[in-house]
Amino acid sequence: MKLTDQARHLGRWLDGTGPASDVVLSTRVRLARNLKEVTFTHRAREEQLAMVYSSVLSAVRKTPVLATSSALPMRDLSPIDRQFLVERHLISNDLADNGRLRGLLLLPDETVSVMVNEEDHLRLQALASGFQLRSAWESVNAIDDELGQDLDYAFSDELGYLTACPTNAGTGMRASVLIHLPSLVLTRQIGRVLQGITQVGLAVRGFYGEGSQIMGNFFQISNQTTLGQSERETIESLERVTRQIIDYEQRAREELLKDARVQIEDKVWRAYGTLRHSRVISSQEVINLVSAVRFGLSLQIEGLADVKTLNELLIRTQPAHMQLWAGRELEQRERNVLRAEYVRRLLGEDISDAARSN
Amino acid sequence: MQCQLCGKRPAVVHFTEIVNNKKSDHHVCEKCAEERGYHVPLLKSKFSVGDLLAGMVDQSGQGEETKVGRVQCPRCNLVYSEFKESGRLGCSECYTTFRAQLRPLLRRIHGSTKHVGKAPARDSERVALRREVQRLHEDLQRAIEHEEFENAAAIRDRIRAMEAQSAGPAAGGAA
Repeated sequence: MKLTDQARHLGRWLDGTGPASDVVLSTRVRLARNLKEVTFTHRAREEQLAMVYSSVLSAVRKTPVLATSSALPMRDLSPIDRQFLVERHLISNDLADNGRLRGLLLLPDETVSVMVNEEDHLRLQALASGFQLRSAWESVNAIDDELGQDLDYAFSDELGYLTACPTNAGTGMRASVLIHLPSLVLTRQIGRVLQGITQVGLAVRGFYGEGSQIMGNFFQISNQTTLGQSERETIESLERVTRQIIDYEQRAREELLKDARVQIEDKVWRAYGTLRHSRVISSQEVINLVSAVRFGLSLQIEGLADVKTLNELLIRTQPAHMQLWAGRELEQRERNVLRAEYVRRLLGEDISDAARSN
Repeated sequence: MQCQLCGKRPAVVHFTEIVNNKKSDHHVCEKCAEERGYHVPLLKSKFSVGDLLAGMVDQSGQGEETKVGRVQCPRCNLVYSEFKESGRLGCSECYTTFRAQLRPLLRRIHGSTKHVGKAPARDSERVALRREVQRLHEDLQRAIEHEEFENAAAIRDRIRAMEAQSAGPAAGGAA
């Protein structure tokens, strides 16, 4: 698989078709696993890492789901290719940075992947579109079962799966949803909601920009604990909390519409107009404007771009994506010009898939 | 406002991170944000859990600080003080070596020190059996407390049968 080809496609988890995809962008579930007989990655010698890599590869070839995956050793990839995988949520910064024997096993549709020799020997990951915690858990659980037939995992009856960092010990599972909460931010209820989330054992990461009122408004909610609760219980409690937050968001949305419909519509259309007509634009600005347009979609405003296109804008306007698209390295200033062009094309009328990849 | 990371350029990316109920604000410039992946809300932040952990570890056993710090894992040679700095253990054996220190830490992080989730395919039968036996022991205790002696005897027989079963295949099944 060539990454330039991969860059033309959009992972299935971004297609905007999943449940509640007007609020939840994507769902991710990852499992941390280590091999019993090898010291953890950061303390392993190069030949041990090579052993892990080849054991995982041979186990993967025997599993029905992953048999068709591509193996991407980090060493063989250029910095831009690695950054591309980071932007695509397929590898961590950590895996990309390090020159040691590390790699990624990836299904073409990007829904399931395995990082090898990251902080833990294996990080199995399932990504799904929209709000689909259960099905993401089931996908990653299935490949874990399959690989577990062949690989001897570090596991104790008492503490479960043993991981390099004790914050992951037990299930080794981190489940998360990426959620868009513009109404809660605008109505200034977000602080209370976030605080509530952390009180029930979940973690939140939020991002704010500067200047205008409608900013990124994207938050990642994930479980914080991995002991004392089964995977299913963890998934269910994250699911319950997320559902409640979606509900809060929808109520805040109604309040806003009652009080300030015209002002909000104005912000949405101005954001859309900027995206369609700008000539120089940073990734940060794209994120903020996309957030505003996404907000417009959730208000049922007609005539805007669809969710899939907005997801595409978020992911494909990042630096490494821009450079793979251009086929060469670009300075930040050049990128900003090219990005504006790319955004205009994506939002322009009647753009076929062939035109998108040129 | 200057960037918190390089201290040179103006901070343009602002975000709040809440982990374990601790809120921290970050203000960084576009370049540092891009380098660390902050410009994309979707990426994992690079402020490591290790830093946070190191803080949590520090609260425990201050009197015995130096003695505990020198405990070493026989398999990977990691010294406890190294774990305190990095927040990373060296191998699966470390969990046994540093058991006494890790238990209170795990309890603080997770509110529990007991795994109740899945087990690897290879161990799952054994683990299921062990959990079942554990559950029966609890039932037995309850039956005795309620003076249901006939029931208690029946449960005890089941426990014995299961323990015999778990001793059997384990001896022959090791590869």
